[in-house]
Amino acid sequence: MSAGTPKSLPSSGQKSIQDISHPLSAEDSVLTPSPDIGNTTSSIGEKDLSLPNGTPVDTSSPGSSSSLLNRLQLDDDLDGETRDLFVTVDDPKKHVSTMETYITYRVSTKTTRTEFDLPEYSARRRYQDFDWLRNKLEESQPTHLIPPLPEKFVMKGVVDRFSEEFVETRRKALDKFLKRVADHPVLSFNEHFNVFLSAKDLNAYKRQGLALLTKMGESVKYVTGGYKLRGRPVEFAAMGEYLDVFTQKLGTIDRIAQRIIKEQSEYLVELREYGPVYSGWASSEGELQEPLEGVSGCVANCSSALEELTEDMSEDFLPVLREYVLYIESMKSVLKKRDQVQAEYEAKLEATAFRKEERTAVPTDVEKCQDRVECFNADLKADWDRWQNNKRQDFRQLLTGMADKNTQYYEKCLAAWESIIPLLQEKQDAKTDTN
Amino acid sequence: MAGTASEEITTVDSGDTDLTAAELESNETNTMVEEGTNPLRKMEISVAEADKRMGKNSVNIQETYTVYLIETRPIDAVAEGQNPAPDALWRRYSEFELLRNYLLVTYPFVVVPPLPEKRAEFVWHKLSADNMDPDFVERRRVGLENFLLRVASHSILSNDKVFYHFLKEENGWKEVVFETGFQAKADSRLKGLNAAFRVKTPDKRFTELKLYSDELQSVSSQLLRVRARVADRLYGVYKVHGNYGRVFSEWSAIEREMGDGLQSAGHHMDAYASSIDDILEEEEHYADQLKEYLFYAEALRAVCRKHELLQYELETATLDLAFKKQQREELATGTVRTFSFKGMTTKLFGQETQEQREVKLQVLEEQIVEGEELVKDKTVECEEFVKNAWVDMERFKEQKDRDLKEALINYAIMQISVCKKGIQVWANAKECFSKM
Repeated sequence: MSAGTPKSLPSSGQKSIQDISHPLSAEDSVLTPSPDIGNTTSSIGEKDLSLPNGTPVDTSSPGSSSSLLNRLQLDDDLDGETRDLFVTVDDPKKHVSTMETYITYRVSTKTTRTEFDLPEYSARRRYQDFDWLRNKLEESQPTHLIPPLPEKFVMKGVVDRFSEEFVETRRKALDKFLKRVADHPVLSFNEHFNVFLSAKDLNAYKRQGLALLTKMGESVKYVTGGYKLRGRPVEFAAMGEYLDVFTQKLGTIDRIAQRIIKEQSEYLVELREYGPVYSGWASSEGELQEPLEGVSGCVANCSSALEELTEDMSEDFLPVLREYVLYIESMKSVLKKRDQVQAEYEAKLEATAFRKEERTAVPTDVEKCQDRVECFNADLKADWDRWQNNKRQDFRQLLTGMADKNTQYYEKCLAAWESIIPLLQEKQDAKTDTN
Repeated sequence: MAGTASEEITTVDSGDTDLTAAELESNETNTMVEEGTNPLRKMEISVAEADKRMGKNSVNIQETYTVYLIETRPIDAVAEGQNPAPDALWRRYSEFELLRNYLLVTYPFVVVPPLPEKRAEFVWHKLSADNMDPDFVERRRVGLENFLLRVASHSILSNDKVFYHFLKEENGWKEVVFETGFQAKADSRLKGLNAAFRVKTPDKRFTELKLYSDELQSVSSQLLRVRARVADRLYGVYKVHGNYGRVFSEWSAIEREMGDGLQSAGHHMDAYASSIDDILEEEEHYADQLKEYLFYAEALRAVCRKHELLQYELETATLDLAFKKQQREELATGTVRTFSFKGMTTKLFGQETQEQREVKLQVLEEQIVEGEELVKDKTVECEEFVKNAWVDMERFKEQKDRDLKEALINYAIMQISVCKKGIQVWANAKECFSKM
């Protein structure tokens, strides 16, 4: 249930194609940093964030500096190593052209890594670009678990793609995606990721990549299907089982959360009718007028507090749950791939057993398969442990957040009711005094 | 409410216990014990228990009904530290109704305290609408006690002999009531209240009060209806949280480090879900207070209507008298001012004889004398009524303001308690989550 009409973002307005500078084009110098970075004193903590060339960063939308700080410090560094790569997604903007309307997000990077030419970058990216990145990561790092992206298509026709709530939810998910990649010891060094963060013209790079893909094809692509797995190692079987049950439980929690939101919304509807009855009554009373108005006001305050709670749960709680379901899907597909790699190895191994002339030396391609299996298993195990840790943190945060929101709701209601007690009682005392 | 627990003490003049029962009953026509003529005796009243009985009803069918135990005890004895056994008798709801009807008819200028509802209304889905449901019976017990305490604390009603007998005499009470002959009056009263008539010169104060009683009735029934819906919805919100308890428990089974935190958080969610039952039960008490004033509005309206009726009767009697006087004049002077059949028949069939006219005049004179008496009586009745009713209205108004303010304060306190409980539960849950 949303409150009133969804707010739209400020858009760049209707212009002719020639006049519009493509936000991702190289000419858009306002947003990309100049080489002159020596003078910059902007750091993460400063209030007035400015680009290296001195242009103040537009902080009018959700990307204000304090929330920027919060987002950068979102994930604890689990390995203890010093963080050397920080990424943030913020500042959504709507772009209107005659062809299409879409949203871009500002992707800001700060790093000391030598793999990057500059210590800071700022680029505008749209969802398409994130999707491209994810596909590239899946292709190039098939043994690793790639974090999920928010849903591409909006299923329900009712949801406005350009409403502030939807865009904000998406922004948070995209931010999380990049942060997870940035935290990954292998993925964060991926070439495509680097380009995504730093390139002025991503589209040019994309086109280039397509040409290469046909050449690179076979060596990175793994065979899917066709081979039957003999025996899955216990630990991976356990992972699969865990994921199945976990998916189920997440689904249940999602349904419960939705149900609660629904019940709360219906409760809100009744409250909105309840409060005014007291006001109506007050108008026909003398002594009781103020107390009745007071109660009416209280109920109204509680209604607002409830509305906030419901909105927060809708916007913050449900999307994270759904994101984890996607995460699990990714994990499951990685497990499947691993199974396939193992199956291929086993099949090839079995095949060589029948070729008597090569019994002395294990053929190189079987060796390669064995390597692949071992690498995959190792990568997967490492990713699994990382994922479990992140999951624990994420859910701890999610659930404590839920507890906080509910506590705040009750605190607001408590304050409202406590404030009218003196109003109600003082008149009572005054009355008994005059008796 | 004047009394909420059965331990609530109120004082009432029990009348003169020095008179024998026979002597009291011989005062049939005098249902009022004069104030101040008897030594003051204070009495403690309570409706202590409820019980079920079986019996045959008016159409000879076996039925189960509930009876309520009324206990009375002199307050002096309690104050002096003695603890005598209270006088006790059992009464069923219909007997309370009979008492109240008697009071309504006998003291039409009093805003008579209402009884708790006959059937459960404004129920939300978890609340039973069954009259035999123990919660309903308990709330009714409290309501009946409140009724008795209100009557006992009313300066006029508390002196009524029938009321005293109701409290003290299990058998034979009904005879006492019926002997007062109130039922004949009840019928005519009922007719009067339901009749449609227009008063030519309405008393502005009573008109305003009648309007107010209508508004009070309308707004309190609306409030009760919406409150019941709110309660229903709130119940749903709390109960769904119980599902978290179950799923967290199931989830914790597949987790290692997170397991304990999840499991204990789940317990708190269960506690949260089950807390709503007590919360809403307490809120029913608030609803009962509102209901009392919903019914009080009816009683208030009845007084206004009674006044209208008296006023109307006075106007009718006055008009009637005027008409008769006019007729006398016409007959005496032989002139016909207005069209009448008499005039017509006279013209058609000829004049009456002197004798006939004199007989008619005689009859008219008698009627006029009667009519003048009637107008005088009605005027006095009206004035008395207005005076007494106005006193009781003022008393009622003050009581209403006091009671409802208290009800609102208690409601706010209840809400504060609910909020504090909510904060506690979520703080506990948060602690468990943070340990995950």
